[in-house]
Amino acid sequence: MVRFNMILLLVAVVCALGVVTSQHRARKLFQDLEGEQERVRKLDIEYGQLQLELSTWATHPRIEQIARSRLHMVTPDAVGRVVDKPAAGAAKKKAVR
Amino acid sequence: MVVRRRPQRGHRFAESPVLQLALQGWRSRTVGLLLMGAFAALVGRGFYLQVINNDFLQEKGESRYRRDIEVSASRGKIIDRNGDMLAVSTPMKSVWAIPGDARTMSAVQKQQLAALLDMSVRELDGKIAPEKTFVFIKRQVPPETADRIAALKLPGVHQEKEYRRYYPTGDMTAHIVGFTGVDDKGLEGVELAFQQSLLGHPGSRSVIRDRRGNIIEDVGALKPPQDGKEIRLALDSKIQYIAFSQLKAAVESNNAKAGGIVVLDVQSGEVLALANWPTYNPNNRENLSGAQLRNRAFTDTFEPGSTLKPFTAALALEKGKFRPDSVINCAPGRLTIGNATISDAHPHGALTVAQVIQKSSNVGVTKMALTIPPQEMWQMFDAVGFGQVPQLGFPGEVTGRLRPWKNWRPIEQATMSYGHGISVSLIQLARAYSVFARDGDLIPLTLLKVDQPAVHGVPVFTAQTAREMRAMLEMAAGPEGTAPKARVPGYRVGGKTGTAHKLVGGAYANKYVSAFVGFAPVSDPRLIVAVMIDEPSAGKHYGGEVAAPVFSQVMGASLRTLGIVPDAPVQVAEASVRKGPL
Repeated sequence: MVRFNMILLLVAVVCALGVVTSQHRARKLFQDLEGEQERVRKLDIEYGQLQLELSTWATHPRIEQIARSRLHMVTPDAVGRVVDKPAAGAAKKKAVR
Repeated sequence: MVVRRRPQRGHRFAESPVLQLALQGWRSRTVGLLLMGAFAALVGRGFYLQVINNDFLQEKGESRYRRDIEVSASRGKIIDRNGDMLAVSTPMKSVWAIPGDARTMSAVQKQQLAALLDMSVRELDGKIAPEKTFVFIKRQVPPETADRIAALKLPGVHQEKEYRRYYPTGDMTAHIVGFTGVDDKGLEGVELAFQQSLLGHPGSRSVIRDRRGNIIEDVGALKPPQDGKEIRLALDSKIQYIAFSQLKAAVESNNAKAGGIVVLDVQSGEVLALANWPTYNPNNRENLSGAQLRNRAFTDTFEPGSTLKPFTAALALEKGKFRPDSVINCAPGRLTIGNATISDAHPHGALTVAQVIQKSSNVGVTKMALTIPPQEMWQMFDAVGFGQVPQLGFPGEVTGRLRPWKNWRPIEQATMSYGHGISVSLIQLARAYSVFARDGDLIPLTLLKVDQPAVHGVPVFTAQTAREMRAMLEMAAGPEGTAPKARVPGYRVGGKTGTAHKLVGGAYANKYVSAFVGFAPVSDPRLIVAVMIDEPSAGKHYGGEVAAPVFSQVMGASLRTLGIVPDAPVQVAEASVRKGPL
């Protein structure tokens, strides 16, 4: 009888230690998750800021200014323009003039 | 004799007479009962704490380590039809302080803080001087600066997360997008109109934190944050840029007071561009004036002048009173009604209805208008949307002025036929032209991108009338018309000029509003562009000279941007290199 009780006690102690370890591991994992989620938020914010930066660099006035002054681009005149009719497909190219 | 025997000196322990004393029974029972009672009290207390009062105590216990934290949600973005950013929120920090604690900062710490916040120490001292429990030291501090302030670990200085709204397109889209206040609430434009959808709803979660402040467990219900919805406008930022820059150039070169331009998609009723000048930079709203803030296209009405003539003519055609080739005698260029005289800028002889529109003859239009009962004319004006709110949901939309027909005098009906004595906003005028650009029906406008446009609007004129009017308006924008400068190489365009005297204090002054409204390509109209220039004062004031060139530039560039197939041959003479926008 005593021996049986001792075994039960041992089992109980092992279980208790198991609970403690798994709780500890759960918390560790949860912390990692938290950390990753925090990273997601940070990256999200950074993405937003980069998008903002991109759209600030890509404003139309800036593009036009660079195209005209630095790249010396000009608007093609109507004569030099060829319009591809989308409905007719690539076969029927229509030159405008 | 009584012999007192002395007790034996050395008796045995077991025979101690003390032990033979019997205690009274009640004493032991009392002690027993008291002990039992004490145990019962303990059990009762235990039961009370563990069972009856359990919830309360658990809660109290949890509150020692459980924290409710707010999860912030950001305001929705505003983007254009192609996904380009028009308004974005990005997180910032506000730095606040408990003045009582903050005053304990050392001089060095104050200097450091002031330097980081870009303010003087005196200014900082001023902020923390009042006897309050909460003061903002600075709002909308960039996160990097905020982190450096946090690293200083200053007493009584705290931070709070907040958002700041950025408008990458700046003054170009300021009037349509609007702006928000410091507390993320829409104050103008789309930001105000769609406040409910744009607004984010912060969530909350309750967590257990350990000694180091790390979150170790989620407990209880979790309310996820809801970010504000993204608003996709119908605006096309390329067309918007073209419209804005051309308008700006025109207002400046004509030395005008103000101007407005609207570009509409004929098929869907979408507002592709809407710009005003003067404007403002929504990212830096210091020294704003009312004139800059005003979204003229929506909130200002003006007498549209000759741009209204096509409506009168269309009604006359519709009623079968005239045909496009009916001849009207417009000589000698004057017409007297009652005691008022209507005159043409250039006297004409006999003109057909089409020529009346082409040459913009006041006399001709008046003669047509006088054959129509006032009620029918009113109904037509009402049907094309004058005197009504445009229903775009935009803050500050105006109805314009269309007086009830019952008290129109004949001279008033006559002046209304060519656009005086009636006032409209630019957006109303642009929308009304959709009856000509489409087959006689009026479509509802929308600021938001629509995926499936309404196929039919509300019919006002027959398709036949609309076709005839398109032909006349094409003539008006042709070489013989009032606005040859409205032409776009490669496309057939139709449109009408308007030059109206401005009413100043009840009398017509020598100030003008020059307008041009038109559509293209005439063979299958896709865009309507309406331009209004207020008080041009650099010599020119006719709509054909001031507003029509803007129309031409904007229409040409927009059609090209949208890849719309040209429907007219290009004359080589026109095909010199144009200095238009890309």
